[in-house]
Amino acid sequence: MSIDLHGPGLWYATRATGLVSMLLLTGSVLFGLLVAGRFSSARWPRFLTQGMHRSISLMVLAFLALHIGTTVLDSYTSISLAAAFVPFASSYKAGWLSLGAVALDLIIALVVTSLLRGRLGYRAWRRLHWLAYACWPVAIAHGLGIGTDRSVTWVIAVTLACLGGVGAVAAWRVLSFGAQ
Amino acid sequence: MRLRVNPIACTGHGMCAELLPELITLDPWGYPLLASEMVPQALAGHARRAADACPTLALLADDSFVAGPGVRHGRRHAG
Repeated sequence: MSIDLHGPGLWYATRATGLVSMLLLTGSVLFGLLVAGRFSSARWPRFLTQGMHRSISLMVLAFLALHIGTTVLDSYTSISLAAAFVPFASSYKAGWLSLGAVALDLIIALVVTSLLRGRLGYRAWRRLHWLAYACWPVAIAHGLGIGTDRSVTWVIAVTLACLGGVGAVAAWRVLSFGAQ
Repeated sequence: MRLRVNPIACTGHGMCAELLPELITLDPWGYPLLASEMVPQALAGHARRAADACPTLALLADDSFVAGPGVRHGRRHAG
């Protein structure tokens, strides 16, 4: 089996994996907020919330690898692998693409520091992990700005649901923190 | 293996008691109480997982502590 570098297949894959990445990243943020706010119930133990946060975060990396791989391989636009990591390394919609690069760099930093949490120490890790609150909006903005399907109704609905979900859980987290 | 809780770092998330109920229960305020610091070999994996899950890294699973002939080494390690 060979990959058609010129047809629309890669472009479809880029769009699909981009959307799934948005959903997964939002899920990661939601479960992260629930861990920090100490959500638990009789049917949902806390270690499950944390396990979901960790597993989904790693899935984000897997889908971003596909998202970036298909984008770079697609010959329709010339986006280099470097442009996935370095802002303004490509001239194609440079601003919106750079937001994706920044979000990716932040995600990699968040995952690596979390995997090395034991060596970093809790305080340093916790401070670095606040970057997640910067990473997620940047990633959403990247999708809203450069996404091929950004003006499709159901994609807008899904994006709004992500924004609303994180907004609601963030508000709960702030309120639950205040109550303690 | 020996378990220790850093009482300064612990903020009472309570995940350790969910993951290692054989050795850890929670006091009325949600802070862990260890039934025993010594972890039986059969529970070592669970203890390591509980330590890894601790959101504030307050639960320490000390592998260098070996029960039996190595007890003296462990005491010295504890300072």
